[in-house]
Amino acid sequence: MTIVIPTPLRVFTGGKDSLDVAAGTIAGALEELTTVYPDLRKHLFRAEGKMRAFVNIYLNDEDMRYLPEKEATAVKASDTLSIIPSIAGGVA
Amino acid sequence: MPELSTDELSRYARHLILPEVGVEGQQKLKAARVLCVGTGGLGSPLLLYLAAAGIGTLGLVDFDVVDASNLQRQIIHSTADLGRKKLDSAAEKLVALNPTVRVVKHETRLTSANALEIFKDYDVVADGTDNFPTRYLVNDACVLSGKPNVYGSIFRFEGQASVFATEEGPCYRCLYPEPPPPGLVPSCAEGGVLGILPGLVGVIQATEVIKLILGKGSSLVGRLLLVDALEMRFREMKVSKDPECPVCGANRTVTRLIDYQQFCGIGPETKAGEKNGIPQISVRELKRRKDAGEEYFHLDVREPFEYQIAEIGGVLIPQNEVLGRLGEIPRDREVVVQCKGGGRSQKIAELLKAQGYERVVNLAGGILAWSEEIDAGVRKY
Repeated sequence: MTIVIPTPLRVFTGGKDSLDVAAGTIAGALEELTTVYPDLRKHLFRAEGKMRAFVNIYLNDEDMRYLPEKEATAVKASDTLSIIPSIAGGVA
Repeated sequence: MPELSTDELSRYARHLILPEVGVEGQQKLKAARVLCVGTGGLGSPLLLYLAAAGIGTLGLVDFDVVDASNLQRQIIHSTADLGRKKLDSAAEKLVALNPTVRVVKHETRLTSANALEIFKDYDVVADGTDNFPTRYLVNDACVLSGKPNVYGSIFRFEGQASVFATEEGPCYRCLYPEPPPPGLVPSCAEGGVLGILPGLVGVIQATEVIKLILGKGSSLVGRLLLVDALEMRFREMKVSKDPECPVCGANRTVTRLIDYQQFCGIGPETKAGEKNGIPQISVRELKRRKDAGEEYFHLDVREPFEYQIAEIGGVLIPQNEVLGRLGEIPRDREVVVQCKGGGRSQKIAELLKAQGYERVVNLAGGILAWSEEIDAGVRKY
């Protein structure tokens, strides 16, 4: 499946905007992603392993939080997983 | 409903022949009161189109003045407006475009103390702000006062748009319950933004405002529209109402406006000379240490083009590369972090502290202060 990496997080993927991984579930795909790009891990997960509240993961156009099986949801090779962080714009 | 004058009938002729607008729709637009928070990148196109479309009352909230770096995207302001209040500059353009529009200027920073009072005179609120605390404030104030929040946000080449806080729909907190900790997500000032992008997103917001007023079409309620200007790809994601949402859920815990700076982890100065736990040093103190030959690591986190304009002896690691280049930053010495004005360096100092660096200080005022107080030969930009 394809994981789409948003602009703010591309500094941790050497500029790459997507990654193709072979995984059975959403959790497996994210594990694969953070194995390839370890710097991403702390931006996606809290220390205890829970997903950060300002990053949303979408399987195709569905918010993972509202899928019945959440991270354990099975994925197909044709699926797209998108990481959508909150952005505010503007001036510091 | 307000009547349309003969002048208005000719001005809005292309609206009037649209079955979805017609005379009745145009009258709705004339009766409508829309508040735009921010008259910058998003607010510029948003306000210009709303004025052109014949919105009766346009409220503007801003406290800033026009700066040269705004002009690359904030098209409501012109070169001649440099240094003027954005409110005055924007109001002038709107009235010139459409004299029948009533423009109300709110010259203030939107705060928890004034938001509900300002919002109460409007039907729809458009969020053209540029920071997390104000976005959560706009959202919560919209939910509490029952006004739709037409949301747009941008970063570099990517934008987001949605409509929050309608009666049935989700709110911004349903999508993002919490803001990112300070320093983790760069702002446009640090990350840059393609000038056209707020144009695209602001026009999407204007479209949603008009549709809400007309009651036509499918609004972005429950959908997050994602714009990637670099790939020119539009995608949309579903946004569900979170039953557990602290602001709009059934068991809401937020029933009045809170301290949004604190909510976003932007603490007040904890003690004199310290900000968010990071000691602040003055340029005079740095000069003293430099002259005394004290041991410290001077880290400059600006961009290479800025370093080319002027530098004061720091080791250049642009802020976005810091996390990937921690190996180059020694842990056995005090780290003095410096940028242009002291904002970016503060965030990086906090980031380094979070990475286990024990002695990190921020150079207050950055290279600009150095140029002001120590060496006028250092070029300002």
